[in-house]
Amino acid sequence: MSNRAVLTGRHFMQGNIATAEGALAAGCRFAAGYPITPASEVAERLAERLPVVGGTFLQLEDELASISAVIGASWGGLKAMTVTSGPGISLMLENIGFAVGTETPCVIVNVMRGGPTTGIPSVELQGDVIQARRGSHGDYQIIALAPSSVQELFDDTVEAFNLAERFRTPVFVLSDAFLGHMREEVVIPEPERISIADRKRFPKGVDVESLPGFLDEDVAPMPVFGEGHKAHVTSSCHDAYGRRNVVDAKALDFFIRKLNDKIEKHKDEIVKVAADAEGAEVVLVSYGSILRSAQATVEAGRGLGLKLGWFKLGTLWPFPDKEIAALAGRAKHLLVLENNLGQMFHYVQAAAAGRAPVSFLPPRVLGEMHEIEDVLAAVKGVRP
Amino acid sequence: MNSATYEHPLAKHIRPSAKSTANCPGCGNGILAQAILQAIEDLGLSLDDFLFVSGIGCAAWIPSPSFYADVLHTTHGRPIAFATGLKVALPHKRVMVISGDGDLTAIGGNHLIHAARRNIAMTVVCVNNGIYGMTGGQVAPTTPLGLRTVTTPFGNPENPFDICELVKGAGASFIARWTTYQPRQIVKTMKKAIQKNGFAFVEVWSQCPVEFGRKTGMGNSVQMMEHYKQNSVTIARAQTMKPEELKGKIVVGEFLDIEKPELIETLAAVRAKAMAA
Repeated sequence: MSNRAVLTGRHFMQGNIATAEGALAAGCRFAAGYPITPASEVAERLAERLPVVGGTFLQLEDELASISAVIGASWGGLKAMTVTSGPGISLMLENIGFAVGTETPCVIVNVMRGGPTTGIPSVELQGDVIQARRGSHGDYQIIALAPSSVQELFDDTVEAFNLAERFRTPVFVLSDAFLGHMREEVVIPEPERISIADRKRFPKGVDVESLPGFLDEDVAPMPVFGEGHKAHVTSSCHDAYGRRNVVDAKALDFFIRKLNDKIEKHKDEIVKVAADAEGAEVVLVSYGSILRSAQATVEAGRGLGLKLGWFKLGTLWPFPDKEIAALAGRAKHLLVLENNLGQMFHYVQAAAAGRAPVSFLPPRVLGEMHEIEDVLAAVKGVRP
Repeated sequence: MNSATYEHPLAKHIRPSAKSTANCPGCGNGILAQAILQAIEDLGLSLDDFLFVSGIGCAAWIPSPSFYADVLHTTHGRPIAFATGLKVALPHKRVMVISGDGDLTAIGGNHLIHAARRNIAMTVVCVNNGIYGMTGGQVAPTTPLGLRTVTTPFGNPENPFDICELVKGAGASFIARWTTYQPRQIVKTMKKAIQKNGFAFVEVWSQCPVEFGRKTGMGNSVQMMEHYKQNSVTIARAQTMKPEELKGKIVVGEFLDIEKPELIETLAAVRAKAMAA
């Protein structure tokens, strides 16, 4: 195995491997996880590769320990991640909220599988997209990316680390069983051609209470441990200096709003969408692996003379509401494709706000890709 | 001495903005906090050499926010898991987890036994008050059989943990138990635990007059410490006693101090092996 952190070159690679390579290229040097299908190959690759570049992979006793150790490592100054699937995310949610509240950069890869509950480990379902947004208790914002190819698993994992560092927040990569186990070409650039972001740090030796280190909507410098800041880090309601305040509702208001505004105010920097919908009457709105069904349908439909287009939600959270509103102003109908019974659909509908009608189409069988003929039939049904 | 200018010799270790304590009058946490800081002082170490991690419960308030050092106040049951990541990231710092019996052995029991098994170099101080103090005196895995608490109004139907035996079985390399009645012994033990290159576990029985003493009928702070005094038995003496004589006694002392492979070192060896391959 190469001792290089960045495997520059063209590869025919499994999605889960590309995810791990994206993490290494981004500078990840600590990962912790617990075995789970269909995510295990990411952990296995990290276990093989991290020690070679001076990093550490720990297989811990459960997912609760995994996310906790990741947050600890991040406060110790390392770029850190965990990888799991839906049941593991369910166990991690409390501490994902901790990472939000303490403004801890970290990356959480969810290789989504069929649920609810233990469901089917090896079948894909886009069942956890709302969970990613609101799974932990309380009111908060999160960032979640939805790659659609093996190349994007690499690219988005790098981007997830960059966003985590830039905004001091946990970032989800919502992969799935299709993508994770798919093999495609991946081009990994030269290290100097990969854009890398690092967290803004407190000046060395400066006391945590002499400079705001928390709750700045433009992201406060992080008082990383071991550098003489005497940092006090609590997930309980605190002020901009990390001082706990659990008696004052005004302090809670400040705590929630600043964390919220940190993401909301910088939405334009975070949100990524893509489209091929010029002059389209019906636009297929999708994300993740199911975007590929949308793209294939558009190609087939155009061959039949239909004015079809596709729109990709590259970022699910924060939700690209402005972009959907603009799209709904141009198109005659939006048709949302998801591999579930309608999760992002409701957000698309709300953002379209009546500018264009929005309908929803699940695959014929949940857990399978949409058939082109089914999507075309639905398109014909909604066509103005 | 002029009381206006007198400063406690350990006051420099207290965060200047920490003006009050969350602990109730008569709580044993203060005795233990002083013992920990005294041990660090005696060893000639700086608080900057340490990373403190605490969980949820009254014991978590010993370092958070009072200790003037890097302090990570985590979620219920997880401090050892957070500390594991911190120790890997900053292997040259001394990591100390301070938390309660409920946090470390009930909700966090899995992390306790696995960290002991890994023998990761950290000091885990378990403040055992035998009850959930912060939430109002509910039964804990350490509450004696038969004792009345607010959630066992007819007496506790469960057997308590012997936590030192638990971590011994799990693989810790240093294990000790004292009560707040033995502060000098705590300091001595704490110095060894801090210097141990392995998983060092120190259990300290600590009086909770408000939620334990008052609700179980064990009395006030003085009565509870009197109970510790009357019932503490050294390991050597315990070995000469019959099981029925040991009933209700608190066996105190250093149970174990052994050498075995430590995780941070074995991880470094893994890295060296991987890089050479």
